[in-house]
Amino acid sequence: MSITFTGGIIIAIGGALPALAIGLIGAKAMEAIGRNPDAQGKILPAMLLGMAFAEAIAIYSLILAFIK
Amino acid sequence: MQIAFLTSLHESSTIKSNKIRKRYMANFAPDVLFQISSFPITNTLIDTLLVDAVLIGSAVYFTRHIKDVPNIFDNIVEYVIESFYSLTESIAGKNTRKIFPWFMSFFLFIVLANWSGLIPGIGSFGFYQTVNKKAELIPFVRSAASDLNTTLGLAVVSFVATHVLAVRTVGIKTYLSRYFSLNPINQYVGILEIISEFTKVISLSFRLFGNIFAGEVVLTTIGSISNFLAPIPFILLELIVGLVQALVFAMLTMVGMALLMVPHAEEHS
Repeated sequence: MSITFTGGIIIAIGGALPALAIGLIGAKAMEAIGRNPDAQGKILPAMLLGMAFAEAIAIYSLILAFIK
Repeated sequence: MQIAFLTSLHESSTIKSNKIRKRYMANFAPDVLFQISSFPITNTLIDTLLVDAVLIGSAVYFTRHIKDVPNIFDNIVEYVIESFYSLTESIAGKNTRKIFPWFMSFFLFIVLANWSGLIPGIGSFGFYQTVNKKAELIPFVRSAASDLNTTLGLAVVSFVATHVLAVRTVGIKTYLSRYFSLNPINQYVGILEIISEFTKVISLSFRLFGNIFAGEVVLTTIGSISNFLAPIPFILLELIVGLVQALVFAMLTMVGMALLMVPHAEEHS
């Protein structure tokens, strides 16, 4: 008996930790803005950049899910 | 009356199942439209030509018509260029003049290529081709970054440009001392740096490709469910994603260039 991973399960597993990472980045950014609302112009672009990097890992697993 | 209505429903459903189901699913590999003596012309190549025409045309126009009193278009262009220049300056310091053209070119090309996939007609206007007894829609023009060839080419260009600029700025000895050294610890770090350079190419290309291709798949899926008013939030999402991914690609290239142009010991100070 062999188990094969295809399609949906690949992206389901591969997207779990990047989602957690994006949530953590957002939470820390909210905290920082809450402490210092004037710094919003500097925190927001850095947060978006960090989120794009974290999302890239989920995109890699999405590509592999498309191939299978 | 009721029974007649039900049987007519059943009849219409059987008639529908006899037709060839025409569905459009975005193709993973690019669609070759025709060949010019063994060089395949894909529909994404036509999109890059379109983006090139817009970029080069507007660049020529704006540099030829510089006035003392700028109108609204000149203002927008100047604002964008100045904000990106100050961003580059904050990261690169004294190498800004060499890095900024690359940063801006990558950003403008990728953002226009991503947004060009959302124009009505691009990605949806094409001809049908029967593949494996199913009729598939081959669009005439398709968003450029939804093709892995384009993104891989951009990533390779960024890689080569970074290293050539680094060799030109710091000299070949300092450049090689980052990767090869007699000290075993530094040599270990050097091997990791070599590996990270190659993974940078892969990661840049796949990040851009995955985002834009997944966006295409989402748009065609939503369009197949309901093509009236439902795709609007997804088109907005694709606008934002296109902009952010172009910015991420350009910023990664810029930061990589800025880091490589400084001798290895200085960059950690």
